[in-house]
Amino acid sequence: MFQDRKQIILSFFFLVCTIYALRLFYLQVIDDTYHTIGSTGALKKEVQIPLRGQIYDRNGKLLVANVDVYDMYVTPYKVKQMDTTTFCRLFNITRSYFDSTMTIAKSYSRNRATLFLRQLSKEDYARVADAMVSFPGFTFELSFFRTYPARTMANALGYIGEISKKAHEAQEVEYYRSGDYIGITGLEKQYEMELRGRRGVKFTMMNVHGENKGSYSEGEYDTLAVIGKNLFTTVDVDVQQLADSLFQGKTGCAVAIEPRTGEILAMGSYPYYDPNMLSGKQFSKYFKELYKNPDKPLNDRVATGFFRPGSTFKLVQSLVGLQLGSINPETFFACGNAPVKCHRHPSGDLHNAVRFSCNPYFYHVFKKTMGATSETNPFKAAPIMLSKWHNMVEKFGYGQKLGIDLPSESSGLLPNVKYYDKRYGSQQWKFSNIYSLSIGEGEISVNMLKMANLAATIANRGYWVTPHLVRGIGQNGKGVLPEHRQVHRTDIETRHFEAIIGGMQDAVERGTVGGGAGIVEGITICGKTGTSQNKKGKDNSIFIAFAPRYNPKIAIAVMVQNAGFGGSVAAPIATLMIEKYLKRKIERTAIKERMLNLSIRTVEAMAAGGAAKPVPLLTPESTSKSTPAAPTKPKKETEKPVKTTFIKPKQENLNKTK
Amino acid sequence: MAREIDIREGIDWTTVWLYAALVFFGWLNIYAAVYNPENPIIIFSTAHNAGKQLLFISSTFVLILIILFVDYKVYDSFAYIFYGFIIVLLIATIFLATEIKGSRSWIKLGSTFSLQPAEFSKIFTALALARFLSTQGVNISKVRDAIVAGLMVFVPPIIIILQKETGSALTFAAFIAVFYREGLPGIYPALGIALAILFVLVLFFPKFYVVAGLAVACGLFWYIFLKRYERTRQNLIRLGGVFVIASAFVFGVKFFTTNVLQPHQQKRIQVLVNPDSDPLGAGWNVTQSRVAISSGGIIGKGYLQGTQTKFDFVPEQSTDFIFCTVGEEWGFLGSVIVILFFAALLNRIINLAEKQRSKFSRIYGYCVASILFFHLLVNIGMTIGLMPVIGIPLPFLSYGGSSLWSFTILLFIFLKLDAHRSYKV
Repeated sequence: MFQDRKQIILSFFFLVCTIYALRLFYLQVIDDTYHTIGSTGALKKEVQIPLRGQIYDRNGKLLVANVDVYDMYVTPYKVKQMDTTTFCRLFNITRSYFDSTMTIAKSYSRNRATLFLRQLSKEDYARVADAMVSFPGFTFELSFFRTYPARTMANALGYIGEISKKAHEAQEVEYYRSGDYIGITGLEKQYEMELRGRRGVKFTMMNVHGENKGSYSEGEYDTLAVIGKNLFTTVDVDVQQLADSLFQGKTGCAVAIEPRTGEILAMGSYPYYDPNMLSGKQFSKYFKELYKNPDKPLNDRVATGFFRPGSTFKLVQSLVGLQLGSINPETFFACGNAPVKCHRHPSGDLHNAVRFSCNPYFYHVFKKTMGATSETNPFKAAPIMLSKWHNMVEKFGYGQKLGIDLPSESSGLLPNVKYYDKRYGSQQWKFSNIYSLSIGEGEISVNMLKMANLAATIANRGYWVTPHLVRGIGQNGKGVLPEHRQVHRTDIETRHFEAIIGGMQDAVERGTVGGGAGIVEGITICGKTGTSQNKKGKDNSIFIAFAPRYNPKIAIAVMVQNAGFGGSVAAPIATLMIEKYLKRKIERTAIKERMLNLSIRTVEAMAAGGAAKPVPLLTPESTSKSTPAAPTKPKKETEKPVKTTFIKPKQENLNKTK
Repeated sequence: MAREIDIREGIDWTTVWLYAALVFFGWLNIYAAVYNPENPIIIFSTAHNAGKQLLFISSTFVLILIILFVDYKVYDSFAYIFYGFIIVLLIATIFLATEIKGSRSWIKLGSTFSLQPAEFSKIFTALALARFLSTQGVNISKVRDAIVAGLMVFVPPIIIILQKETGSALTFAAFIAVFYREGLPGIYPALGIALAILFVLVLFFPKFYVVAGLAVACGLFWYIFLKRYERTRQNLIRLGGVFVIASAFVFGVKFFTTNVLQPHQQKRIQVLVNPDSDPLGAGWNVTQSRVAISSGGIIGKGYLQGTQTKFDFVPEQSTDFIFCTVGEEWGFLGSVIVILFFAALLNRIINLAEKQRSKFSRIYGYCVASILFFHLLVNIGMTIGLMPVIGIPLPFLSYGGSSLWSFTILLFIFLKLDAHRSYKV
């Protein structure tokens, strides 16, 4: 059966073989497009890495810039017998480094250049250039490393480093070579595509001995390297540096937002460290030390931390209660008669409850909210009302990512019905199981970005804009990225806000912020203190605020870990930052001095005992010529910003394009 | 009763010599691919691919001996067990494998060698398929049997795709030739080829031109090929149906290539259509490979004299792009001789297969020929720019233990069966 099909199959096989033979005949005998290259030699591809984009603050001050350095590469097959001892002495490296790097280079490729030594300064390069004649196979390439003239915002800016093996292999189209730099964290990672620019490629023809025989096709296929785009951030470096200095000796974070636009004005996570520490050769020296520090300076506490909001969350409770109709501004609850304790203060309406942060009041608010249904069985009423409550609170951004333009952001936790069902069993829980939520304790967890966003939402009387750090990209920074302008409306009507805003103003002027520490002449600040409980050690001091009351320009959240009551430390710091931003100067020098000199050790640091070293300060290296003073004294405004001109790739290194 | 036969007489020496010649030539070229005139390495040094390949080649002698001395009935009787075993191994690989260049198909054996079960799955699929189709009463033209056979061939590549080894998975398409030989109606492979041609046309031309071309072709068919009395309403509806389905296929392909394929896969197809669209970017491999081959000229640059394949310009030059080295150093003559050797081998296997008295051996023989042919088709096609870049090895020539072993086992099981061809299983 079907024997005849043998011929058909064989014919098909032979047909393909014939077509291939004809194709080979065409390629190898007739077509001479490639003969010229083939006879002169081989085609070599050289990659030219452009300078990375720089990063600026909102007033055009430089945050991140580049410094020229030289990287040395080795091509193993070109290396002849050489005087290794002299070589090692010349570059100040050990024999074992030389041997191990050489082995790695050989195993990677004998014919391709492998990175041998990174970041020789210009001076070093000049010193060794003459001696290199006796060491064939070693070549230099112009490179750069990052420098941070403003010495601030280490975690938000992020750092760059060698691409990891995993990321290198995961590339679909090979762009990065092994050993290339790539953004690892922060904005450097988030905006890698924009910052890196476009690589140039140059094709040269080589003969069998690897000698250069000129460019291929007169440079028709060469592409020019394009410098990376600059990032123009929304940060005000003066406010930022003020926060850096105020947080001296403290742990916590501060974040300020322009309410109308969602632009982040300052974003600091403390303990402070100088971002220059993680640049270039100093990385390995400092990274481990920072990583091991018990206060975890590398953690970005603003966008990725997990904290309880404490009393600041009472504002959300009030707004939801007002919107659901379970209270009105005149509702009176006596201070007391509740499982939550309070401090001595006059009882009153919502205004006073916000002003004095009355715990029992908000216990009753939440209790009324949870019972605002016709269902009388408390085990059935609680889930019904909690899901209503959840839907409303969610609109403030709780329990989800806000969408800040940073690679990592924590969602936090906003417990819902499912969460409690899992924990207690379905219909096994009621209000008395969840009342801690009324004062921002219990299961809820947030980061400070969300709290600043709450302040912005109240400032806007009901909406918020996705917080973001970058407002312009490109050499001049024109053009705003559209996804940042997303407006999120809450379900709270505008008319409900004035009642609590009044309470917030009084909280700052004659309420929980004691001793007038929050009063700034000429600016109406509305704020709310928070004191969030810690499992161990003193409470975290939290303060959120916005100012001025009408037409607000700044919304802020400050948290100082283990500093106790919210009014005592967080509020002065926050109001000083507001003062700096709105007045461009600090008039309350006494409060500033007090904050500068205050030092609070965290529980973690105390637990680590003598082993806990303070975060190291950067020691000047040969590569950094001038070392500005430590951040305790922010740079004067009169000081000229560091050179902002773009360092262009040398023209002679690039081939002309068509 | 099977009487003992002398395997030295029974084995087909022509095939053995063709095999040996290809393997030896492959080894020479692997050495050339890693050879560096300024710093020659020793051909036997196991630190380099050529030395390692020599180790693999020596180890195949052991494999061959084992295959030849095992009872030939084992391959038939244990076919399903082997098949079940390889399926389990393929699935296990997804979890055990270490990721190499994004694919999870390699199992590490010790520190230096790794094994790719996907390479071996072809052999056991071929055995199981031969066993099934040779079963009394099974007929590929029956729908139920065709479905079972189809599933046998379809399951391994699905698992292999999960290992992200799309190239290896594609090779299972080769079995269509076996089905055809065993009685699958010719319309199916013909349809397959027609669709392949249509697919290529869509890549090269805008889809509306292709649809218009189809309409013209249908019109011509109607007026020229059909006789007046055949132009019935029924036939018009049939022809219209064909046109609609073909057009739907055209749009489907366009949708697939622009929306379903990953960007890097799209690039590969685009580069195939027009290598000069991005000659030094995505088309880099293809360009370099073509430069290398065409620079070989008629007689080549001479052994170890190639420049293109030095300096690591051609990627994967000792594995998937080994044919470049052949083309550059041995020229048109050398390349065509390699193709002739393959053609002779395929011809020999098919003719031997037809001589088998046992249906099992014949079907298995066709499987061997089809698998070898498919690799040849894709691998050489890719280096000369007639196929998209799909990473599968050239049988016997490419560097790599797994591929050399699997092709050797594949071929020598057939030679063993052939040695016993006078006995019907």
